[in-house]
Amino acid sequence: MQLPLGIEVPIPTFEQFVFIQVALLTAVAGLAVVMSRNLFHSALALTLTFFGVAGVYVFLEAEFLAVSQVLVYVGAIAMLIAFAIMLTRSMMYGRTSPLNNQWGKSSLFAFLFFIGLLAFARATPWPAAGEDVVADEALIGALGREFVTTYVIAFEVLGLLLLLALVGAVMLARDR
Amino acid sequence: MVPLSWYLMLAAFLFSCGLYGALARRNAIAMLMGIELMLNAANINLVAFWRHGVAPMEDLTGQAFAVLIIGLAAAEAAVGLALIIAVYRERRTIDVDELDILSG
Repeated sequence: MQLPLGIEVPIPTFEQFVFIQVALLTAVAGLAVVMSRNLFHSALALTLTFFGVAGVYVFLEAEFLAVSQVLVYVGAIAMLIAFAIMLTRSMMYGRTSPLNNQWGKSSLFAFLFFIGLLAFARATPWPAAGEDVVADEALIGALGREFVTTYVIAFEVLGLLLLLALVGAVMLARDR
Repeated sequence: MVPLSWYLMLAAFLFSCGLYGALARRNAIAMLMGIELMLNAANINLVAFWRHGVAPMEDLTGQAFAVLIIGLAAAEAAVGLALIIAVYRERRTIDVDELDILSG
């Protein structure tokens, strides 16, 4: 495909076209999370971002992660955030700007960081594509076996951490 | 096949959004949302590198790390939001600019 200024743009395949849609949805929702003035709108945009990331996992043929993403992030974390916003309702709109006084420097830093990462991602010669993945139960089974063999320590520590975090969260948030 | 750099660019954008949110927002819950965005961006990178690795069927390290990060994010969100609610109960505000009793 030839653009007016003589820039050559390769025509995306159907998969790439759908990926662009999902990525745009995710990116716009992610931007809305930090730009929205109303905190509840931010939380809804965050939920949309989580769904978009789950879609990206589907493109990467990591089905188990896509389902976990929806279960944990959309089902639990987005719900927790919505509850926290409603429990601290007087802060939802705020009397003043939702940004603190270092927002200018922060936005400049985040923008430069993004440009740097973008240049790095474009300049590095990445391998074109991995070998084909047959995403079926065998892959999830292999992942499960990894967790009880190679990563058993990390898995057990994560379980302990989750237990402690939940007990600690109840201790912190209970009404004295 | 979607090229690896596209995933990396999406993750870079999400990470920068999260960075800005965590640095520039006043509200503690909004900061926490920025951190969640950054964790998600890191996860996209891990899974993308797993998929484009040498032997994705045999070496599942990227996916395993992503699962561990999802678990960590759940723990972080639970403790963070409990802290925010506890602070709100004490001080009636979660504006991080007003929570400065430790600054000299």
